Amino acid sequence: MIETDFARTDLWFMLRGASMTLALTFWAVLGGTLMGFVFGVLRAVAPAWINVALGGVLDVFRSIPLLIQFILANSFKSIVGIDLSAFTVACVVLALYTSAYCAEIVRAGVLAVPATTRRAARSLGLTWWQDMRLIVYPIALRVSLPSWVGLTLGVMKDTSLVLWIGIVELLRASQVVVTRIQEPLLVLVLCGLIYFLMSYPISRFGAYLETRWRDHD
Amino acid sequence: MNYTFHWHQAFQALPAMLDGALVTVEIAVLSMVIGTVCAIALALARNSRSRAARAFASVWIETARNTPALFQIYMIYFGLGSLGIFVDSFPALLIGIAFNNAGYLAETFRGGLRAIPPTQMRAARSLGMSAPQAFRLIVLPQLFRTVFHPMTNQMVWAILMTSLGVVVGLNTDLTGVTQQLNVLTFRTFEFFVMAAAIYYLITKLVTLSARLLASRLFRY
Repeated sequence: MIETDFARTDLWFMLRGASMTLALTFWAVLGGTLMGFVFGVLRAVAPAWINVALGGVLDVFRSIPLLIQFILANSFKSIVGIDLSAFTVACVVLALYTSAYCAEIVRAGVLAVPATTRRAARSLGLTWWQDMRLIVYPIALRVSLPSWVGLTLGVMKDTSLVLWIGIVELLRASQVVVTRIQEPLLVLVLCGLIYFLMSYPISRFGAYLETRWRDHD
Repeated sequence: MNYTFHWHQAFQALPAMLDGALVTVEIAVLSMVIGTVCAIALALARNSRSRAARAFASVWIETARNTPALFQIYMIYFGLGSLGIFVDSFPALLIGIAFNNAGYLAETFRGGLRAIPPTQMRAARSLGMSAPQAFRLIVLPQLFRTVFHPMTNQMVWAILMTSLGVVVGLNTDLTGVTQQLNVLTFRTFEFFVMAAAIYYLITKLVTLSARLLASRLFRY
């Protein structure tokens, strides 16, 4: 039997961290998808100047390290003097970050619908909204959903960076346990296992969607 | 809002930060080179007949893709200490990012390899090339074409990931230098806006030069 100081309360502490990771992921993906949906559709259908401007702004979120975005948002919050919890700041930054990627996915999905299909829909007498809702949406969804699953996975992993602004999520919780019992390898392997258990089902689901939808095209 | 911005301090620190940016680029480039070499080996191992090689490649790729990059760096920085291997923060960051790059690029390469028809290899072999020769002269150039764009993306990712070094105590890269200045002056916002601008410029430079390079290389 291997000697270890790892107690049941430590595992409980790490699982609480994992639930924080999941909560952050949930809000970030929810907010990011809603905003990303709007931005993506706008980028696909709006006139060129809106497209370029919006694309440029969203590109900033993808070109600056997320860690620095957290630091900037956190210090900006203090400068302006609004009283927000670190959790709210983290959710807002993560949601904006997610929306930047989601917008690209949605845009690619909308643009993947052949122009001829849309013209056919319009010449059959469908209005623009009907065309978007009944023709573009179902086709674009098929194209986009696998990448969206990938994005969700990516965001879940990126939530680990919030430890820098003082939120105890899974990785930070593991670090605290490491400091207490001084057995980094055991604790970190456990931490990795929990991450794996959270992300593997999602990644399998993404792969399943991809093969299933390809076969039935 | 009763806060006075002190931008001149941030501008005074610009040379130090640019030195840090150089270290950032250095880590990113090194990690890409190591990552690419490992990724080719992993992609080949994943298609190999040896079961042990396949298992090893799968564990590497799945770990790299399903856990946070910061976790992988922690594993090297803190985790290896349990085995008596003590790694400094610079190599820990470099190895961590290279490990991550290799995992992602291996999948890219595997997809790229599948896109090359097996008849090409057979044709090359029947023209008298040895297997390594055929791989190097026929397969690799075609592979490079399909993986060029994903590799550019990975390079941008590598640059962004280098910012994680500060969490394991690295103080020579761009984020590390900025954090040190921040600790000295508490001008967090000003310094990190500068850092963000430099990161933005670096990533734009990489994507632009990659686009130029692609238009020169893949004209036909």
